[in-house]
Amino acid sequence: MTQSLARDVAAPSPAPGTPNPGRDTTEERAIRRIAFGHRLSHWDVKLSPYLYISPFFILFAITGLFPLVYTGVVSLYDWHIIGGQGDFVGLANFEWVLGQEKFWIALRNSFSIFILSAVPQIILALIIAAILDQNLKAKTFWRMGVLVPYVVAPVAVALIFSNMFGDQYGLINNILGRIGLDPVGWHSQVVPSHLAIATMVNFRWTGYNALIFLAAMQAIPRDYYEAAAIDGANRVRQFFSITIPSLRPTLIFVIITSTIGGLQIFDEPRMYDSTGEGGASAQWMTITMYIYNQGFGVAGGGQFGHAAAAAWLLFLVIVIVGLINLVATRAIASNESRSAK
Amino acid sequence: MKISRRTTAVAIAGATAFALVATGCSSSPGAADPNEKITLTVATFNDFGYSDELLAEYTKLHPNVTVKQTKAKTSDDARANYFTKLGAGSGLADVEAVEIDWFAELLQYSDKLTDLSSDEVDGRWLDWKSNAATDADGRLIAYGTDIGPQAICYRSDLFEAAGLPTDRTEVAALLEGDWDHYFDVGQDFVAKSDAAWYDSVGSIMQGKLNQEVETLESTDGEIIAGDNPVVAAAYNDILAQSPELSAHLGQWSEDWYAAFSNGAYATMLCPSWMLGIIEGEAADVEGWDIADVYPNGGGNWGGSYLTVPAQGAHAEAAKEFAAWLTAPEQQLQAFVKTGNFPSQVALQDAPELLEVTRPFFNDAPVGELMAGRAAAVPADAPFKGVKYFPVMKALQDSLTRVDVDKTQNADDSWAQFLKDIDALK
Repeated sequence: MTQSLARDVAAPSPAPGTPNPGRDTTEERAIRRIAFGHRLSHWDVKLSPYLYISPFFILFAITGLFPLVYTGVVSLYDWHIIGGQGDFVGLANFEWVLGQEKFWIALRNSFSIFILSAVPQIILALIIAAILDQNLKAKTFWRMGVLVPYVVAPVAVALIFSNMFGDQYGLINNILGRIGLDPVGWHSQVVPSHLAIATMVNFRWTGYNALIFLAAMQAIPRDYYEAAAIDGANRVRQFFSITIPSLRPTLIFVIITSTIGGLQIFDEPRMYDSTGEGGASAQWMTITMYIYNQGFGVAGGGQFGHAAAAAWLLFLVIVIVGLINLVATRAIASNESRSAK
Repeated sequence: MKISRRTTAVAIAGATAFALVATGCSSSPGAADPNEKITLTVATFNDFGYSDELLAEYTKLHPNVTVKQTKAKTSDDARANYFTKLGAGSGLADVEAVEIDWFAELLQYSDKLTDLSSDEVDGRWLDWKSNAATDADGRLIAYGTDIGPQAICYRSDLFEAAGLPTDRTEVAALLEGDWDHYFDVGQDFVAKSDAAWYDSVGSIMQGKLNQEVETLESTDGEIIAGDNPVVAAAYNDILAQSPELSAHLGQWSEDWYAAFSNGAYATMLCPSWMLGIIEGEAADVEGWDIADVYPNGGGNWGGSYLTVPAQGAHAEAAKEFAAWLTAPEQQLQAFVKTGNFPSQVALQDAPELLEVTRPFFNDAPVGELMAGRAAAVPADAPFKGVKYFPVMKALQDSLTRVDVDKTQNADDSWAQFLKDIDALK
């Protein structure tokens, strides 16, 4: 692009009919212009890659970085949803949030729901991907099929599931009653409510993760499997000794994204009952719901300062857990790949 | 209408819809030209009874105005949306509905709302209704829509099976008395029936507290719920008998909605706006009826207002529209549709209202009946201050933990309640 621009600038065609004022000066100017063109193309090579990726970073600065910093500012003030900025209070909001029993309950709930959803989800996704990687008939149909739950809006999923998990008249408790089991307090008890919400999350994300794993599996050279088969390794051995170690980067990616997503879980627990407050004793109130309730919900009374402080604490928690995650997955994956050799 | 829970305006989706609709009318400030083409938006929750036909009538009267309505699922959602956008300074509908329980919270920021007082609407509402909508400077910032005079709805089929009278005047005579009497009859009933007596302890608490003036907050704005003997007595009375009488349903929960049609309980406290909800949820059930009686006299539960946020581009046009919507003629139509009882003085004994009946409730003369219940509402309205809504929420949670979840006993749950309201101070 720049080269053609330089050529245009370098060779201005004299307008027809006008007398040529002096050949020498024109040539001199042309040379100078070519030199300028070189400089341009030099900049082009140096700068344009940054220009090309800049839209992302500009957008990120506006929609990601700015809110992050601004939340930090809000967390230092007494700030009301309607009244706006109040007095500077320093770290008092953080102190207040850390002193709230509900905050710690919310943190517990977030971790519990995250573990109940992420672990089975990744294991299931691996198994589904391994099956889809075999020579199935109507491959595309099966592969698209596992993605269908992902297309359904989370709010719709939550409405259907919260109905199924009704304590007195829900479908699941009805079935349990038919086969002679006691009904489960899907809303009233802590662990059952987490299980129900984790089920919604798994329903939505397992297929998505399975497809990511499948893509990575297909990139594994088939020679490995042939060699393993000749050496007498069965399917299971091949899966653990070839497939899993080769998936290392993908595993790290999926685990980290599901950690971030899991700790920020909001839609499903918020829609799990009609008030969206996480239950009478905060059984399934997650940390993001706590933030929402403080800022916008009934319980918090529009205290943006408290909400912002809680949001920053969540950010710190995610960073810490992400780092632990990274170290752990690195260690596990590299151990496995060593034993595979 | 059927409460829009399953289909529309689900919390998050609702907020987006608000934003989308609101953008439709944001341009061209200064509605100087009275014939300029404009779109007015009105945001309500649950069901205000403003049908599309009713809104179309306004367009007939004002050809330059198109009206769009957005409905939030619950009052909580509407509150979150309202407060967020009022703080942000943009995005609200031209006319926004407000529920009485969080009205005081909003009243603190009445300078962000349009003053709606005018000669035309002076004296249109019951005094306590319009007094609550007047701010400290004497500006009227909201037009009353409905009030919630309470009666008792009952299942005549369950009454019959238990050997109780089924005719609504006989039922009214049977239940006439105070709350203890209502509970006593309930004990008789549950001894002879598999069904429970009432739906939810939360609504009984609402019913009791709405008969008092000072409950959760003192009139000077202190949270007194923890020390107020009225609240503690109500809490203990209700929970003492709830194991037998309650259907153990959390109000507004999935189970609660399902129970309208499956006969889990025999009676429920019935503010006028509940009629539409029952009819919507139990459309194919026969046996629902309504009795002209209420424990301990009368009571009002809920009721709403329309406000005009000052941030809107067409505040004057919106004010005119809100005045039209809350005029007796339109509010009467809303009553016929949903049972939301009007707060307008002219309608309290208007013949058109008195003759309204509802076939679903065994042809009950709901107009006459509800007018009687409205007259029985105590003149001293309960005081609902800035923290009323969150404290009420904490109190309801404490009842839910004992009666619905059964995860705590009454004493532990009360201790938890005291901790929860400490966090609100």
